[in-house]
Amino acid sequence: MDDFYREIIIDHYKNPVHRGKLTASDFSFEDENPLCGDFIHIDLTLDENQRVKEAVFSGQGCAISLASADLLLEEIRGKTLDEVKNLTKQNVIDLLGIELSPVRLKCALLPLKVVKAAVYKLQEADDKLVE
Amino acid sequence: MIDIQKIRNDFPILQREVHPGVRLVYLDSSATSQKPEIVIRSMNDFYKNSNANIHRGIHVLAEEATELYEQSRLKVARFIGAQNPREIVFTRNTTEAINLVAHSWARKYLQKDDLILLSEMEHHSNLVPWFMLAKERGCRIEFIPITSDGLLDLDQYKRLLERTPKLVSFTHMSNVLGTINPVKPMVEMAHHAGAIVLVDGAQSAPHFPVDVNFLEVDFFAFSAHKMCGPTGLGVLFGKETLLENMDPFLGGGDMIKKVTFEGFIPNEIPFKFEAGTPAIAEVVGMGAAIDYISQVGMKKIEEHENSLTKYALECFSNIKWAHVLGPEAEYKGGVVSFVIDGAHPHDVAQVLDSQGIAVRAGHHCAMPLHQKLGISASTRASFYLYNTKSEIDQLVIGLQKVREIFG
Repeated sequence: MDDFYREIIIDHYKNPVHRGKLTASDFSFEDENPLCGDFIHIDLTLDENQRVKEAVFSGQGCAISLASADLLLEEIRGKTLDEVKNLTKQNVIDLLGIELSPVRLKCALLPLKVVKAAVYKLQEADDKLVE
Repeated sequence: MIDIQKIRNDFPILQREVHPGVRLVYLDSSATSQKPEIVIRSMNDFYKNSNANIHRGIHVLAEEATELYEQSRLKVARFIGAQNPREIVFTRNTTEAINLVAHSWARKYLQKDDLILLSEMEHHSNLVPWFMLAKERGCRIEFIPITSDGLLDLDQYKRLLERTPKLVSFTHMSNVLGTINPVKPMVEMAHHAGAIVLVDGAQSAPHFPVDVNFLEVDFFAFSAHKMCGPTGLGVLFGKETLLENMDPFLGGGDMIKKVTFEGFIPNEIPFKFEAGTPAIAEVVGMGAAIDYISQVGMKKIEEHENSLTKYALECFSNIKWAHVLGPEAEYKGGVVSFVIDGAHPHDVAQVLDSQGIAVRAGHHCAMPLHQKLGISASTRASFYLYNTKSEIDQLVIGLQKVREIFG
C-alpha cells in the first residue's frame, strides 16, 4: 500500500502544480467518470512553435486521477501536438509508477483521455483514445 | 444472541487471506452476501444427484428436480409470509422482478399522464425501469423527498398521494443510507389513494423478518444472492389477483399452456412468468439459504446487525473527519455509508483493501441520491450475520491509516 500511494502520487494530489483554469485556451475539454464521480477539465495553449505552452486542469477526483492529471500535464509541456496524440496508456502507467487494477486504471487514464479529446478537437471522449 | 464463531465457521470464504498474511474482513454484504458451505453443497448435490430439467420429464431425476424446485418456492413463500406459492415468481434478480412488473402490469394498466410515485433514495433498479416505461407510455414520475435526517418525508408523501398516483414504488431499506422505511403505514396510505404498491426488498428480506401479508404490499422484489444464496436468482411476490390478470413477461417454453400455429395460451401463475429453463440449481440453493438463515433466526440476525450498527455509529461519532450518511441507528439497518475529509471514496477503499477490508466505494447504484446529498460518491460498510465488532474495530483502525496518508 505504501507503494501504491507513493509519495509522488500523494504529493501531486495534495499540492498540484498544474491546477487552474485559463480564460483563453487553444484546446479545452472536460469529461467525467460517472462510476466514481470524477470530473476533469483541461485547458491547453500553444506557443509560436506549436508546442504546448500552458497546460492546466481543474475538477475533482481520487488521488490517482488527480495525480495522473498533474503528472501528465507536466509531461506534455513543450511537446508538439503529434507527440501528445501519440501518448499511450503505458506512458501514464509509467508516470504513476504503480500497478493498477482495471477499475483504478480508468481513474488514471481519465486525464489522458481528456487531453487527447482536447487536441483532437472531439465532441466526446471515447475510451479507445487511451487503449 | 447468535453463536458468532459457529456462524463464521459456516462460511469458508471468511477463512481466506486476501493478501499474504492478511485475513478478509468482509463489509460488503449489501452488494452481495457470502455463502455458507451448506448452500454451496446443496447446489453441488443437486448437480451430482438430481440434475434434470423440470416440469416435463417423466423420469426419476426430472421428478426429483421438479420437486426440489417447487419445494424451494414453498420455502420462499413461507419465508416472506405469502399465503400461496402461486404468488412467488422466480426471476434473475430484483432488477428483473421490478422490470417484470413494469412490463407486465404497468404497461397494461398505466396510461398517458398517469403518475408513478418513487422516492429519492431508490437504487437505479427501481428508477430506470420506470423511466423507460414513463417514456413509452407518457406517464409522469414524482419523487417522495428525503428529510435532512435521511428519512422519507411522510408529510410530502401524503401531499403527493393527493395527486392520485397509479403506482407507488419504493425501497424497504436504502442501500446507501440504511434507512428502513415504514412500509406498513405507507402502503395503507397508498391504497387509500387508490395506488398499487411495489416494495423493493433487496436490502430488507435478507436482514430482518418480512411478512408481505401483514404489510399488504401488492408486489415485493428481492434477490437470493444478498441472503446467503446464489447469484442469478431473484423473486417477485405479487398478489394472486394481480398476477392472474397481468400479461406474460418473456415468451417461450414453460410459460404456455398450449401453442398452435395461430398463437398460444399462457400457463397458470406463476409459470406464466417463468419462460425457459430457470436457474434450477440456484433455486435449490436459495431453499438451502432460507433454511440456513431461518435456523439462525431472522429476529436474531436483525438484533445482531443492530448491535453492530450501533457500535459502528458510536465509533464514527468519535472521528471528526468522518461523516456518516443517513439516520440514527434506530431507523437504520446494517449499512454505514460515510465520507472522509480529504480522501476520495476510491482511495479510502483502496487503503482499506490493503488491510484486507472489503467495502464498497462509489455511488452504489444510487446516483440521484448522491446528487441530492451533494456528494459524488461515498464509502459503504455493510454488515451481515457473520460480522463482528472486532471487524468494525479493524475498519476504524483502517480509516486511521487512510487519514495518515491523506490527512
